[in-house]
Amino acid sequence: MRLKNTAAMKRDITIDIHHLTRVEGHADISISVKDGKLIDARWAVIETPRFFEVMVKGMSAEKVPFLTSRICGICSISHALASIRALERAMKIEPPAVAEKVRLLAMHGETLQSHALHLFFLAAPDFTGTASVLPLIHTHPDVIKAGLKIKELGNEISTATTGRCTHPVSLIVGGLSKAPEKLQLLNLRTMIRERKPVLDSACSFFRSLAIPDFIRETEFVSLGNGSSYPSIGGHLISTDGVNRDENDYLAMTNEYSLDFSTSKFTRLSRETSAAGALARINNNYDLLHQRAKEVAASFGLVPVCHNPFMNNIAQLIECVHILEDAEELINSLLDMELTEIKTTFTPKAGSATGAVEAPRGILYHHLETNAEGKVVRGDCIIPTTQNNANIHYDLHAIAEQALKEGKNDKEIKKLCEMVVRSYDPCISCSVH
Amino acid sequence: MKQRGFTFEKLKIASFDFTCCEGCQLQLANRESTLTDFFELLDIRNFRELSSESHDDYDIALIEGSISRQDEIERLHAIRHQAKTLIAFGTCACFGGVNSLKNRFPLHESIAEIYPDMAIESLPVRKISEIVKVDLSIPGCPVNKEEVERIIVSLVTGSLLTLPKYPVCVECKEKLNTCMFELGEICLGPITRAGCDAVCTTGKTVCLGCRGPSEEINMPAFIELIKEKKLSFDDLQEKISFYNAFEEYSSHEA
Repeated sequence: MRLKNTAAMKRDITIDIHHLTRVEGHADISISVKDGKLIDARWAVIETPRFFEVMVKGMSAEKVPFLTSRICGICSISHALASIRALERAMKIEPPAVAEKVRLLAMHGETLQSHALHLFFLAAPDFTGTASVLPLIHTHPDVIKAGLKIKELGNEISTATTGRCTHPVSLIVGGLSKAPEKLQLLNLRTMIRERKPVLDSACSFFRSLAIPDFIRETEFVSLGNGSSYPSIGGHLISTDGVNRDENDYLAMTNEYSLDFSTSKFTRLSRETSAAGALARINNNYDLLHQRAKEVAASFGLVPVCHNPFMNNIAQLIECVHILEDAEELINSLLDMELTEIKTTFTPKAGSATGAVEAPRGILYHHLETNAEGKVVRGDCIIPTTQNNANIHYDLHAIAEQALKEGKNDKEIKKLCEMVVRSYDPCISCSVH
Repeated sequence: MKQRGFTFEKLKIASFDFTCCEGCQLQLANRESTLTDFFELLDIRNFRELSSESHDDYDIALIEGSISRQDEIERLHAIRHQAKTLIAFGTCACFGGVNSLKNRFPLHESIAEIYPDMAIESLPVRKISEIVKVDLSIPGCPVNKEEVERIIVSLVTGSLLTLPKYPVCVECKEKLNTCMFELGEICLGPITRAGCDAVCTTGKTVCLGCRGPSEEINMPAFIELIKEKKLSFDDLQEKISFYNAFEEYSSHEA
């Protein structure tokens, strides 16, 4: 074994992946090895910047969520709600209880559709050795059917709660423009109950997959409130013991640029940190629903887990949690009058941060308004931006580990692609 | 592919994204109940978001997003050269979309504000038809998947392909919604092309015109309505420039 490794270590390898596939947005991976030594491993985001933080300037507060939701086609609900939360906090608006519950349900819908898209359509082909999900429609029909059922459920929840599954219609500053009908909620509850066993069967499929063995210690960042699994607002916490107020987002992110990437980087207590499903579970394991904890145990996921590939499994565990929690939210909404859905407000000058747990991790919008209710300044820090440094260092570490293990060029390339995909990066979102 | 005795060719299709949120491409993977049938109509030759396999022998190119960098212009020309039919897919591709709001600010100031420490290339946002010839436009932010399905079926079967000419108001009335003007709001429903099923006004928010002007648009009457209701022209300006879809009717400098 050692002899083989020594031979393998004398290699020169150049891996250049231009426009990585099966991720949202444009980015390149490059790995270069000389005489068996890793010279460079790079994660370069080359997406075109759109300048949303400039576009919001001068816009009436009530229109801003409709603009910022367009930062991302996959997590538009999170962006709308981050802006709405920032604006409501800045202008001291209390949304009604019904609106708060419907928003939590909307977040569940979005996360479910996003996780299902990533797990079944984008990540699964890596584990089955195919170029895309399309061959799996014929080779693994039950798995794909299950994935579609879960994704559809996510979209149905989003549609019932926000009017549409991409770019929400009825989420507004002050509350909701329209509440879901009770009949819609009853239908959703039936769908959720029917689809729990479907998700269980998908869990069995994922248990049969070989998750690469790779550990690199990092700091996991998420929201935390101590009483429920995080979604909208709360404290900013990390596995290194950081605990800050929601408005202290700049101290959590310390954003910086590197000249090879149009997406920025962040750091907290150490050189790298990570956000996303695994970060949420690592920080909030005790607050998961009991059934989700059972699924976590069946995969051997114990916090704090430092294997980035387990982010895929963390997403699956969150799907189980979401189905349970969404049913409870629907039950409590069915017991409420869905009439008082928005708080009228007069514009005020102010500034505040709105932090939400988007599917891929903690998302910050910081907005400042003037007395006329126009936005005068905006700042958005995206989950993938917070994962860039972590992805970059993971690429380094995994390429080195693969070299030591004597893996061939093709295997190294695949592992590098897989480790990036496990973060489910939202690249165009990160270059907003 | 055989359907009721007729043989149809699958569409050799490719999907590309430029400056955008990729939400329109995402719609291709939505409407899960019809998704496997939908994919049966397509021979996907190039779709980076979905597949690691890519080929350059496509006939139809879906173009999502607007154009804001030199490399995008070159990539778009290469796609135009290959594609028999080039489709502007979504509001950003058709009109520039929300990205066009960037053009209201001096570009060098925007770059200096967002990237103070590094050199970034960015051009004023342009729609696809400003760079290459567009054969078909499918507007919407995002596109309406049901409409996309109808268009794809028309292309497969070679049948006549049309978008609604009438405004969103027609679809909104069919839904028996209360008119947003009755609620004291300026709504772009009377001047915007239908086909969205009045999704925004049904959710009790105003139409911001993502599908662009309807074919028999009566702008003077619309302006008259706003005057008559004593509604704010600043609000109208903000709404009508939101997606840059009414460029010929609005002064962008305001």
